[in-house]
Amino acid sequence: MGYKQILDAYKNIPGGMIEAFNAIQDIYSYLPEEAIIEAAKVFNVPVSKVYDVTTFYSMFSIKPRGKNVIRICQSAPCHVAGAAEVVAALERELGIRIGESTADGKFALETTECVGQCQDTPVITINGKPYMGVTPATVVDILAEYK
Amino acid sequence: MVNLTIDGIKTSVPDGSTILQAAQKIGIHIPTLCAHPDRIVKSNCRICVCEVEGSRLLQTACSQPVFEGMVVKTRSPKVIEARQIILELILSNHPQDCLNCIRNVNCELQHLAKEYCIRENPFKLKTKGLPKDYSTPAIFRDPNKCVLCRRCVETCTVIQGVGALGLENRGYHTMIVPSMGKNLGDSPCVMCGQCIHACPVGAIGEVEYIDELMEAIADPNTIVVTQIAPAVRVAIGEEVGMKTGEMPMNKLITALRQIGFDYVLHTNFTADLTIMEEGHELLQRLTTGGILPMFTSCSPGWINFCETYYPDLLDNLSTCKSPQQMFGALLKTYWADKMNIDAKKIFSVSIMPCTAKKYEAFRPEMNASGYQDVDIVLTTRELGRLLRLCEIDFDKVEPSEFDPWMGDYTGAAVIFGASGGVMEAALRTVYEVVMQEELKDVNFTATRGFQGIKEAEVDLNGTVVKVAIANGLSNARKLMDQVRAGESPYHFIEIMACPGGCIGGGGQPITRSNIKREERIASIYIEDEQCAIRKSHENPEIKMVYEEFLHEPLGHKSHELLHTHYHAKNKRLI
Repeated sequence: MGYKQILDAYKNIPGGMIEAFNAIQDIYSYLPEEAIIEAAKVFNVPVSKVYDVTTFYSMFSIKPRGKNVIRICQSAPCHVAGAAEVVAALERELGIRIGESTADGKFALETTECVGQCQDTPVITINGKPYMGVTPATVVDILAEYK
Repeated sequence: MVNLTIDGIKTSVPDGSTILQAAQKIGIHIPTLCAHPDRIVKSNCRICVCEVEGSRLLQTACSQPVFEGMVVKTRSPKVIEARQIILELILSNHPQDCLNCIRNVNCELQHLAKEYCIRENPFKLKTKGLPKDYSTPAIFRDPNKCVLCRRCVETCTVIQGVGALGLENRGYHTMIVPSMGKNLGDSPCVMCGQCIHACPVGAIGEVEYIDELMEAIADPNTIVVTQIAPAVRVAIGEEVGMKTGEMPMNKLITALRQIGFDYVLHTNFTADLTIMEEGHELLQRLTTGGILPMFTSCSPGWINFCETYYPDLLDNLSTCKSPQQMFGALLKTYWADKMNIDAKKIFSVSIMPCTAKKYEAFRPEMNASGYQDVDIVLTTRELGRLLRLCEIDFDKVEPSEFDPWMGDYTGAAVIFGASGGVMEAALRTVYEVVMQEELKDVNFTATRGFQGIKEAEVDLNGTVVKVAIANGLSNARKLMDQVRAGESPYHFIEIMACPGGCIGGGGQPITRSNIKREERIASIYIEDEQCAIRKSHENPEIKMVYEEFLHEPLGHKSHELLHTHYHAKNKRLI
């Protein structure tokens, strides 16, 4: 489905813009500029306002990125539980740094604030699914699910 | 009514009032930065914090409603210390180059830093290091100076209905940016400059052309000619320590000569000429089944807006150029011939209340004279800088008159500066042209005043002509949507981009409230009353330019020099 059809589907729903953006990201993994311009028309607000929404929420990306979005928690509980080592393992395994995407377009690596799973830290999420108690050793197996 | 005590003074104010409003009533000054008298409450800068008895935390006076028995302290040591810390934090990422800033000594942040005796800042200075945006010939942005008050965003989006400015990111990373974080030139900005009035600091300003002027004045082979717009005189006094409207035109003329202008002429001359052309264009459209309603075309911010947002209605726009551009085209043809001056040597400078006129002068089609018709445009604020730069002492300045051929004007031209003025001026002339009788009372008061949309009717020989006037582009939108829907009852619509009309233009002295705009409007109508001639078609120099040069309104020469056409802007980011 093209982003125009997705936007039209959410046109009359309260808060529909954000829902539409989630749906667009499910397909494109980011919000293309043309989708933002189209959203302004569909929801009858200036492009500047749509841009405000897309940059306000950290789960939206306006830059192209890998299909599977990996996020590692950068809050204190994960930090003390060894998140830095997990980051290093992810970066080594994927060959990219935080904020980058793999050349094959499969993975994007980002940080996130606390996702509320502090009972078993460190935590990462992939496409919104949380993985708890992650260690450098388990990173390889987790990534394999998505390769 | 609610009773409360502020700094030991008892007062009562209507339910729903804020602490700020209650304090203002009894003359207690509370500092503000994001608050603006004509805008919604934002309470994001925190500078107005006060102590409220029974409340653990300090409260922002701009947003906190009063309650019965409330006890407020606005000047306690705790409050003052909090405000100082707030200022220190704001200043900790604000460039400290006040001496080089366009808003030096006219900056709300600088003023607060002075009032609150900010000396050593315990917070280390960390500026954003972003490039300035000079992508338009009219308005620049310096994002480093932005204090995130959001007044410009509200002005651009709500007051002007343009939406070129918005927010980016959140929290510490928040910035005010043009659409999609791109340059202003790529955004749908119409260059009205209302954001400049909204900005408390120097984050947005006009692109200055003072150096270009000084270079031209210094060149002995260049003849520097200026035209000055009607809205400039009423406001320029504010730049040099006078009251609104107090500057006498004939002293200003002398001052302009002292600055170094070789000839001083008046845009009012072509305001009268606009009425002749536009009035006849309206009559032609009315009698030949032309496209109606016709829109006025004097306001270049409005033209940009129409070309951006209503490109389907461009044929409704009068083909008349703005008075500035009519003047430019005639200066290097008619006037140059009459004065026996080589047009090539003329440097044409216009002094305008407007930032969009800077852009208009650079439009590629504005070269009907064979040269760029208007070389540079200075705002009223830049004129203020020139007067101060040249240390003009108005107590000692002798009055003098405009130079000949394009300096005569009528009261009809004067009122171009106020919303509804073009309409009233047009009606004064159209009435007499159609009715072939003298208009007894020239005052069409229904077209006057500050309200956003006004309407009136005139009976011309049995034909009722319905007119509407809008100032501020969000008001223009309402009338335009009506036209687009085919539901507009009007024949003639005047639009001025800026609230109040040109007197509130983006190039006027920094205008913090609409009260100032109303003062300037009042001053415009006083000047109109004082004019011996108040109808454009009775201006003797206008009669002469038609006799000697143009021959007739809407004639061949007029079309060549005084009329133009419009282009859809095809902006992506609207």
